[in-house]
Amino acid sequence: MTAPLLTLQDLSLTFPGRAAPALERVDLSVRRGETLCLLGPSGCGKSTLLRLVAGLETPTGGAIDWPDNKPEIGFVFQEPNLMPWADVAANVALPLRLAGMGRRKAASRVETALERVGLKGLGKILPRELSGGMKMRVSLARALVDGPDLLLLDEPFAALDEITRWELNDALQNLRAGVTILFVTHSVYEAAYLADRVCILSANPGRVHALVALEETRTTGAALRASPAYAQTCVRLSQGLRQAMEAA
Amino acid sequence: MIARLTPVVALAALIGFWEVFVVLLEIPPAQLPAPSLIASTLLANAPQLLGAAATTLFEALQALALAAAGGVALALLFAWSPLLERAFLPVAVVLQVTPLIAVAPLLLIYLQPHAAVLACAALVAFFPILSNASAGLRGADRGLAELFRLKGASRTKILFWLRLPSALPSIFVGLRIGAGLSLIGAVAAELAAGAAGQGEGLAFRIVEAGYRLKIPMMYAAVFLLCLCGLALYGAFAGLDRILLRRWRDRPEI
Repeated sequence: MTAPLLTLQDLSLTFPGRAAPALERVDLSVRRGETLCLLGPSGCGKSTLLRLVAGLETPTGGAIDWPDNKPEIGFVFQEPNLMPWADVAANVALPLRLAGMGRRKAASRVETALERVGLKGLGKILPRELSGGMKMRVSLARALVDGPDLLLLDEPFAALDEITRWELNDALQNLRAGVTILFVTHSVYEAAYLADRVCILSANPGRVHALVALEETRTTGAALRASPAYAQTCVRLSQGLRQAMEAA
Repeated sequence: MIARLTPVVALAALIGFWEVFVVLLEIPPAQLPAPSLIASTLLANAPQLLGAAATTLFEALQALALAAAGGVALALLFAWSPLLERAFLPVAVVLQVTPLIAVAPLLLIYLQPHAAVLACAALVAFFPILSNASAGLRGADRGLAELFRLKGASRTKILFWLRLPSALPSIFVGLRIGAGLSLIGAVAAELAAGAAGQGEGLAFRIVEAGYRLKIPMMYAAVFLLCLCGLALYGAFAGLDRILLRRWRDRPEI
């Protein structure tokens, strides 16, 4: 059993002016180095949970416990959120530049990050010249560039076509070494493909419905997608999701 | 090519119709001068009229520079501190809704004619620049703003690294509107100054020609004002296209 990187204890959040909580008494441990998918119907608070972990929202109840210090966090949003006036390299360099690193010193780390997401040598290109999938890769490189211990992804590939989505899921599979990943998705297939564990949330209010461990599915790429184990996992997760929706 | 020529042909046809209309109906020049007479008046008085046009255009540009500096600076201040925005935005709105043509004679009491014209034109151009810049600063990508926060960026850094560059297209829209308005403001103030017997801009020439019933001269001055407005608009549209190419979603084809 690996030590947890963070533990959510009784975490609740009620937005100001709302009667019903968005999240209610969520208990969840995220293990160091694992990929944990948050799966649930729309409005179940999975994105809110991610934002709480990032510190972009403040919980109204409970706490987030970081056994060691709060680590460096990389965040990938639903949209690529790139600065249109800056080229790819400058976009990727943003976290380093915000931390006060000089342009020249940042350049080599930017190049490494671009290489990791398969965009080697494309630093001088402007975002408007990229496809949706490539923009998302830039966003991923930006999240990785300062070597975060925890990567938070909020349905990053939801707006992409199926093939591009597979490619990016593969890219993400190759990046996970040494990083803990919290991945929000509403796609059963994506969760089954990427996750070590899947946390299924139910809506109104957002609660943890079930935790499913998927240790058996650890091949990658086409082999995994074609395997019976993967198909079974998808079925299991679909059933879990349906139960969560019925419970709400 | 045809699409580009269409407005030119239409304009030429209108002017031609005007010429024929005046000649056929033998309308006296004091009522409606023919375009050919306006053109010859313009040529005959070119040094005087072009000098006046340069004066007015320069006034408008100076006023625009003042309004741009003030409007953008205030928008930045408002974006930096919502409290300041709440306190002073109503004042800006009061300035906006007051018809400045009515304020021009007042300004002339307190200020030298040149300064009064500048102040009036700058006040007219100020508000659209402020409101467009404010909207642009507020409209920065939310996800990016959160990323800045997540990485511990200060309010000032978010303002200058994210909000200001995001707002540049809106600021340019404000400048383009403000450019046209600064000309209107300058003309309005010049008219008021001209009525007081002072001034050297184009609007003053219009007032003066009106007193002397030189109707073709009035038309020639109006025509030049129209050209000044077009030049200002075109200049800012061109600048926008050149400077903000990166901000546009798709490469131009």
